[in-house]
Amino acid sequence: MSNRIKVASQDSTHSNLFDLSIPELEEMSRKLRRHIITMIATAGSGHPGGSLSAVDIIAALYFKIMHHDPHNPGWEERDRFILSKGHGTPALYAVLAESDYFPVEELTTLRKLDSRLQGHTDRNLTPGVEMSAGSLGQGLSFGIGIALAAKLDDRDYQTYILLGDGECEEGQTWEAALSAAHFKLDNLTVAIDRNRQQLSGWTRNIMDIEPLNEKWQAFGWHTIEIDGHRFNQVLAAFEEAKTIKGKPTVIIAQTIKGKGVSFMENNVEFHGKAPTLEEAKRALKELE
Amino acid sequence: MTVEASTREAYGRTLIELGRQNKDIVVLDADLSLSTMTHLFAQEFPERFFDCGLEEQNMIGIAAGLAASGKIVFASSFAVFASCRCFDQLRLCVSQPKLNVKIVATHGGITVGEDGTSHHAIEDLSLYCSLPSFTVIVPADAVETTKAVKAAAATYGPFYIRLSRPRTPLIYHEDHHFIVGKSITLRRGKDVTIIALGIMVAKALQAAQKLATQGIDSRVIDMHTLNPLDEEAIIKAASQTGAIVVAEEHLAHGGLGSRVAQIVAKEKPVPMAFVNLKDQYALSGKPEELLRRSGLTTEGIEGAVKQVVQKK
Repeated sequence: MSNRIKVASQDSTHSNLFDLSIPELEEMSRKLRRHIITMIATAGSGHPGGSLSAVDIIAALYFKIMHHDPHNPGWEERDRFILSKGHGTPALYAVLAESDYFPVEELTTLRKLDSRLQGHTDRNLTPGVEMSAGSLGQGLSFGIGIALAAKLDDRDYQTYILLGDGECEEGQTWEAALSAAHFKLDNLTVAIDRNRQQLSGWTRNIMDIEPLNEKWQAFGWHTIEIDGHRFNQVLAAFEEAKTIKGKPTVIIAQTIKGKGVSFMENNVEFHGKAPTLEEAKRALKELE
Repeated sequence: MTVEASTREAYGRTLIELGRQNKDIVVLDADLSLSTMTHLFAQEFPERFFDCGLEEQNMIGIAAGLAASGKIVFASSFAVFASCRCFDQLRLCVSQPKLNVKIVATHGGITVGEDGTSHHAIEDLSLYCSLPSFTVIVPADAVETTKAVKAAAATYGPFYIRLSRPRTPLIYHEDHHFIVGKSITLRRGKDVTIIALGIMVAKALQAAQKLATQGIDSRVIDMHTLNPLDEEAIIKAASQTGAIVVAEEHLAHGGLGSRVAQIVAKEKPVPMAFVNLKDQYALSGKPEELLRRSGLTTEGIEGAVKQVVQKK
């Protein structure tokens, strides 16, 4: 279990401590997916579909893009990551464990009594978690507060917020979209995990959010559309976002719910259902 | 003659003082800064003031994010919007993570008056008291407002402070000693205790004076802090006076009356009576007319006292 990357303490240079190459990121992403399956199967509940669709974006941030120090989670200059879609937290926990915020062995305590790994994120319990989320549509507002604080304190850190596409149905998301542009927050980047499904079906059938790109543009954002499972595109999008001045950037990442496990892909059943132990075995085999 | 002063003006002026002392004080509003008086802070510290427009839910999330980044955040709106409109945001983003956000809401209760039912904040105390980490305060006058706002800035954690639209009678001098969670006994008495907050404190004092001429000796307590509640003072009042009247500008359920009754029932059951808005909304009208119609008056408190004293 302990083939973790050894991290040195963050120095003042602005670089990612891990700096993984694309092949290394791809290997890491398979490992993270195995963690997600094992955690949720062990817990007997959780949200595999949206964790598997989001994990590549989170991995790209923590292992290549963000400046952060797992051994000093409160480092004031760190880039911040906000998981607004709190139910995708197994993906975040897997990334935080692999980057040594806490031991990988702790992952299987997910959702258990007295665990630091709650069913949805808790910023007071888990090292590295910035926001207590779980009620949807609130992460962008929280991220705006953090980005405004950076401007007030003249700090260089970036704020990244991962939204689910279902969250784009929440009114507050659009309140926040208006205000981030109004406040000209070019130090804030949103990634939308556009897996096209929500709890009870396809978003286009439940509540159609298209045209998504045009909506964000109309709200004053710089928009980028990518394949959210291709690391070269994910990394390029985050790099592009850093160069945009005077307005926030949104990256609409086309993803596949349940990505990486054949019988979970685009299968809405696995939005909020744990795999059985038999299914978990099959999934882990596919992810070897 | 009674001297009156505005609690919301006291808030605005106190914010400026706090802003001068501490650069980490940040103020948010939702398009009501001219009424909540946060515009006074905005004029002096434009870079530390953010008008969030008519986005109360977003404002609470932003407040939480700023607080998570080390800021002491004051966020203001009318009490009805600062409670009902953004309750889930208060719960998830402020109460659960116990962040350093101070909600100071003006236009509490029915004394908003003519704007009518939609603008009467009469559920706010119940909602805020249901959130475990919130300290909830309703100052009785402008002096106490200043003290409460300063205490909120100096104490880490979520606060809700409810202020009024109209000017309210001054009760305290500038040397008023205010401690969060510690009630103030304004009048000693042995026959009955009137526990009040906000605008009802001045009315309770008047009622006590009138009752004294009729041979009823009333204790009057300013229970400015609803959460945490001064249980000791309540138990003492029950033990020593044997009857309690609770007066508040709020619905019957979940406010000060409910909270005091819970302590009395558990520790020292005595007859109680309640002066509040019962279980109904008020309509448009002048503040004084609405208070009279709802029985939130000196006479209303007197009546409740006489009723409860008979049950002893």
